[in-house]
Amino acid sequence: MKRRTMLAGAAALAVSPVIAPGARAQAGKTKLVLWHAMTGVNNDEMERIARDFNAAQSAAELQVIYKGTYPDTLTAAIAAWRAGQAPHLVQVFEVGTGTMLGAGRAVKQVWELVKETGAKIDPAAYLPAVRGYYSLTDGRMASMPLNSSTPVMWYNLDAFETAGLDPTKPPQTWQEFVVDVRALKEKWASKSQDLMASTSSWITWAQLECYGAIHNVPYATKADGFGGLDTELKINAPAFVKQAQRLLDMAKEGTFKYTGRDNAPDPIFRAGNAAIGFGSSADRGNIARDAKFRWAAAVLPYDPELIKTPNNTIIGGASLWTMTTPTRTPAEYKAVASLLEFIGQPAQDAMYHQHTGYVPVTLAGYELSKQQGYYEKNPGADIAIKSLTRGTVTENSKGLRLGRLPEIRNIIYEEFEKALQGQQNAKQCMDTCVARGNVVLRAFEKATKA
Amino acid sequence: MDRRTIFRGWLLPVILVLPQLAVTLVFFWWPAGQAIWSSAIRADPFGINTEFVGLENFRDLFADPLYMDSIVRTVFFCTAVAALSIGVAMLLAVAADREIRFRSAYRVLLIWPYAIAPTVAAVLWILLLHPQIGVVGRWFNRIGFNWDYKLNGYQAMTVIVLASAWNQISYNFIFLLAGLQSISRSVVEAARMDGAKGFFRFRTVTLPLLMPTVFFLLVANLTYAAFDTFATIWALTGGGPGKATEIMVIKVYRDGIMNQDIGSSSAQSVVLMAGVIFLTALQFRFLGRKSGAT
Repeated sequence: MKRRTMLAGAAALAVSPVIAPGARAQAGKTKLVLWHAMTGVNNDEMERIARDFNAAQSAAELQVIYKGTYPDTLTAAIAAWRAGQAPHLVQVFEVGTGTMLGAGRAVKQVWELVKETGAKIDPAAYLPAVRGYYSLTDGRMASMPLNSSTPVMWYNLDAFETAGLDPTKPPQTWQEFVVDVRALKEKWASKSQDLMASTSSWITWAQLECYGAIHNVPYATKADGFGGLDTELKINAPAFVKQAQRLLDMAKEGTFKYTGRDNAPDPIFRAGNAAIGFGSSADRGNIARDAKFRWAAAVLPYDPELIKTPNNTIIGGASLWTMTTPTRTPAEYKAVASLLEFIGQPAQDAMYHQHTGYVPVTLAGYELSKQQGYYEKNPGADIAIKSLTRGTVTENSKGLRLGRLPEIRNIIYEEFEKALQGQQNAKQCMDTCVARGNVVLRAFEKATKA
Repeated sequence: MDRRTIFRGWLLPVILVLPQLAVTLVFFWWPAGQAIWSSAIRADPFGINTEFVGLENFRDLFADPLYMDSIVRTVFFCTAVAALSIGVAMLLAVAADREIRFRSAYRVLLIWPYAIAPTVAAVLWILLLHPQIGVVGRWFNRIGFNWDYKLNGYQAMTVIVLASAWNQISYNFIFLLAGLQSISRSVVEAARMDGAKGFFRFRTVTLPLLMPTVFFLLVANLTYAAFDTFATIWALTGGGPGKATEIMVIKVYRDGIMNQDIGSSSAQSVVLMAGVIFLTALQFRFLGRKSGAT
């Protein structure tokens, strides 16, 4: 009996389409489905966009569906495309951009969509550091920026005061940083075993990828991968080794503590256990909610021995990709285009920015937020934009276009963890990262060219 | 002697067998076939460009020293988990087999952990052992023991072995207790009258009679450690630090889902499948022979 029920269930699953019945649109409306990976406040905001979009026009009905983490969402979208059931739009994290660009006919890039539907989407309206990440080398936009953030340096004002540092003057250079954390360690962190002078989320993104961008040093050959699939990592160059060495030295000194991969260290700063915590600017909402101390944000430090005028940092976050199916009609693509136009409106962009803590992706959205007095009421909320618009965007600060970047990041975590355990020095660590990372890049090149 | 009843007709038997066959086909043969097929292919994630490469994925895999490390690590992990969980469960079962007060309450409490989802169990362990927020972890650091399983590979391995073994103890406990209770009292009492005491009696009388159960549990625990511990490990360490806790299933997931390298991931699944087939064959052979003899 149980088995029969199971069979019946399996049959029902097989027959029912991937799209939930809730997506059934009212007569005459084009049904749009968007898969995303947003949780909490950010998920509410996706629902808000769907409500507003559905109220603003009558041609299409948008349904947003949460599909799990970023990798889960990407995997689900790929599986769905293979089954001819891809959603109209899928939110893909920035490091999946290389994979999506290799997706050929599975996706319709923004410029193609604009050409086919005549939608009014102007690349120049978007922040250069945001647009660059999601565009082809010739400037044509491939995907639509949605949620973007950048690493910033969160710091605890109370800790700075206790350590005798000026809370209005966070370290601007790495040289100052190294000195300041010593004071923080001696006069503040030494009070309890739980406290640490500094820690960092996203070591790969904040301490290496953005480091290359800020100092205008290539992360990989071929313009950080934008110029071709035959790119090779360059992170064993002296500048990166110097940075790795600095982190390792500080770890040894006890002024920097490694507390995990990706965003695992975030809660440590929020709990008030780190005087300085590098992390995504998008963590602002969580810090505001949890922190029981005074805090502020600053742009990432730079090394004046490498560059006099530091450049912009690299974005993180995700963008929206239009997907294809064999049966998708021009009307559906038109509806997709109208949605992309809708979320690019300054009012929508500003609202999204203020509700979520991500940066505004359009210049107009930023201006509007300024006019609305958002930054006066929320001091420091524009640090991320300042960080993204600092200096000029060069080919080393546009972003990374590397296939299987998540895997490469993971390799770097593994090797850096080994270096922290004293199993290898900074140079060996970065050399191994390059050697192992290049194997991944070659595998991606072979698979994509095959 | 052979009195078989032969039913006429073939339609009814076929209909009766069909659901079973369909389930096996849909849930085993089909995905397994897919895995074997994908393991011989190199493709981009979307499967737009595919190329048949034969055994190249396997060649790459076995030429990769990191994969060999992963196999060694998996064998060590599985052995440690099986030994620890069966060992502890054995102690508990022997203790619970005696006449003690509140015996049933005690047993129910021992069975509880089995009902806890692996991820939840992992969170509980994090709350205990995390160097910054865990109760025990913080205590370790306070007394001067440098505890940080996020950075120390050996400590990380200890943590996942503990967490995985703990989750399996209840299961082993149930089987061992049942096994102990099925041992005839008269045998044990005869041994007692012959003067066999305590551990000696356990080793020479109880344990041999319990061996079929232990062997079954050994295979079940090895399979559990190799596959079902994924959620626990993923939540606890994610395979790190370095690759210190990246056992084979973690690598399959990382390569297939995170890295979208379906070819290599499938090849690894096929290797794992071979491992399970071997273990199962072993179990059938030994247990089958035992029950066949009696």
